[in-house]
Amino acid sequence: MTAISDRTAAESTSINGPTAKPRPGALATSGSPLVRPPAAAHLTDEQVAELGRELDAIKDEVLAKRGASDAAYIRRVIKVQRGLEISGRAALLMGRNKAAWITGTTLLSVAKILENMEIGHNILHGQWDWMRDPDIHSTTWEWDFVTPARSWQHTHNDLHHRWTNVVGRDNDVGYNLLRMDADQPWKPHNLGNPLYNAILAPIFEWGIAIYDLELVDYQEGKKTKEAMQRDLKALGRKVVTQFTKDYAATPAVAMLTGSGKQALYGTLTANAVRNVWAHAVIFCGHFPEGADTFTEEMVEGETRGDWYVRQMIGSANISGSKFMHLMTGNLSHQIEHHLFPDLPSNRYGEVAPKVQEICKRYGLPYTTGPLLKQVGSSWAKVFKLALPGKKKS
Amino acid sequence: MIRLRKLARAASVLTTPLAPEDILALFNPVFSARQLRGVVTKVVPETADSATIHFRPGRGWKAHKAGQWARIGVELDGVRHWRSYSLSAPAGQDPAITVSDVGAVSGVLVRTTRPGDVLFLAPPQGDFVLPEHPRPLLMLTAGSGITPVMSMIRTLVPHRPDADVVLIHSARTPQDSIFHEELSELADQFPNFRVTHWYTGERGRMDFGSPAQLEDLCPDWRQRAAYACGPEGFLDDAEALWSAEAAAHVEAAPGPFAADPINLIIERFNTSLLGGAGHDGGLVTFEASDREVEADGNTPLLDVGEDAGVLMPSGCRMGICHSCLTPLRAGHVRDLRTGEVHGEPGQLIQTCVSAAAGPVNLEI
Repeated sequence: MTAISDRTAAESTSINGPTAKPRPGALATSGSPLVRPPAAAHLTDEQVAELGRELDAIKDEVLAKRGASDAAYIRRVIKVQRGLEISGRAALLMGRNKAAWITGTTLLSVAKILENMEIGHNILHGQWDWMRDPDIHSTTWEWDFVTPARSWQHTHNDLHHRWTNVVGRDNDVGYNLLRMDADQPWKPHNLGNPLYNAILAPIFEWGIAIYDLELVDYQEGKKTKEAMQRDLKALGRKVVTQFTKDYAATPAVAMLTGSGKQALYGTLTANAVRNVWAHAVIFCGHFPEGADTFTEEMVEGETRGDWYVRQMIGSANISGSKFMHLMTGNLSHQIEHHLFPDLPSNRYGEVAPKVQEICKRYGLPYTTGPLLKQVGSSWAKVFKLALPGKKKS
Repeated sequence: MIRLRKLARAASVLTTPLAPEDILALFNPVFSARQLRGVVTKVVPETADSATIHFRPGRGWKAHKAGQWARIGVELDGVRHWRSYSLSAPAGQDPAITVSDVGAVSGVLVRTTRPGDVLFLAPPQGDFVLPEHPRPLLMLTAGSGITPVMSMIRTLVPHRPDADVVLIHSARTPQDSIFHEELSELADQFPNFRVTHWYTGERGRMDFGSPAQLEDLCPDWRQRAAYACGPEGFLDDAEALWSAEAAAHVEAAPGPFAADPINLIIERFNTSLLGGAGHDGGLVTFEASDREVEADGNTPLLDVGEDAGVLMPSGCRMGICHSCLTPLRAGHVRDLRTGEVHGEPGQLIQTCVSAAAGPVNLEI
């Protein structure tokens, strides 16, 4: 038995039927793409293949170590998150008291951030499937986020992680809303780039929910009516339960202490805080200066090593404390996450120095910086690309 | 109970996408109806390499019949493993399993289980149970094959003065013989129960080639309902003896009531996997899980799936319990027990004894 696939799958091939998909593990081990990205143009085919083997070895090393301590880690995070969630909500029920409101809103915001980032995102990637615990599994998990887990897994795991930063293939480059790459043709409405982004941040979960419906694919006939109806139904159900929980049930219970209105403001604030935070972290993943985008020629004939190269030079990390890494769901290790999307997130930190060393040795950029710098850099891009202009390269 | 469920549904409005039990599980791990769990209450060493583990199951467990088995899930280095074990406690009492250290999972159970530990459970199953109406019984067991029979003896002997049970138990030495003391005590105390210990270390294996030895130990064996549990060779030999006797009986007295005059009920613990070796495997696609793995021709699809992180249902891992049945969508599989290649779309596959014979698509 060999070559376990991860979820970064692509199109179908004829031999295995319509459901079978090639993936990085199935990419060629030798050869080269039509064009190698400029940042990697100095590498020979053999060097890229060797780089691929080195990264495979890093992955194997983690797989060999993965075990009880990792399982204990995710269970601990889940336990802490649930504790924060119920204490936060309980405090909000007495939200008329200012201290209770601040405590409740803070705890609930942190709980929601942990739930979405370190827990939800990573479980939905299948990072914890190896435990065979049906309660912590990518096929059973549902998260505290408007978009249904299954819809998000499709656009995120299947499409974004497979086609990372390939303009025209990876819709995460601007989410069909923003112009985030100079190779995307400029249109007058792009002048609103900064405005759209500012509006998007506090309602990020709704933006993602709409994005996951793949409306453009539906309009272009690439998504069937049945699939659309199924997705709309799933989203509708999720919207109702999410909305009821935060904006009806919690305030209703809080009315018992005369804190209905305050509880509503608390849940609204907590969701907004989580949205702004998630938006900031996610924009730091691929948009800061230094993270490259790619053309279709660069993925044509891509080898396993080239796939790794694209993930590394197309992603950007955030440097910071252990607490910061936890709160970003270890997406602060975006480069490592894109190389190994299904390794447990608690292992990215120990992998990072090895990846950075490889980048250095092969003369490849390894983009990283503190949160504020990276957020500033991606906002600069939002502003710059509001105006017409082509890539210099 | 219904009110509780209504309350839980009302509370879930506040806990969605989680269920209220996910929150309650923070305080008590057994409080989950979705994943049945049990808390270990007592661990009793039986022999040098076996132990009995008593546990108190959570909601969703159903009381076992004497002789049944249950699937037990244990975590080894963070990974959930499921195995089937016979329940050795009498019917009507809290369940217990008696485990011999013969593999990675059973070894961990025997050596590291402590009171307070949490086990994952599936409700008891199995047809190896006592007859509905009282009749004289003969129990033939070998090694750890005594466990389900022990549950039957404990259920029957002390409570039914009309019971008539003969047990012939094979073990290598008296030290290796599980429940040795308790069996002797029961035999002393209850005249309706007779036990013969057969030590293979001294006398070699019991010979079922002819009825002579059995006849010697239990002259009326033909009149008894027989139960056998033990290693495969032991069971095959016993089965051969019983069918030879049945054939002889039919020959001697042909007639409408002659067929199957004596019966033998068997519980198998392991199956040898022979076929498949050296054959080609293929690409296995787990459709709902969206995983693909290249598999060879002699690795069970269950292992292939588990290694790929698919949540495969599993049980005995020997082709007996059918807990692992998974719908086949396309392709062919090889039965590792027989070497037979089969496969029709929609067919339920025993993944624990089937390997890929070319590309295979499974629904899971």
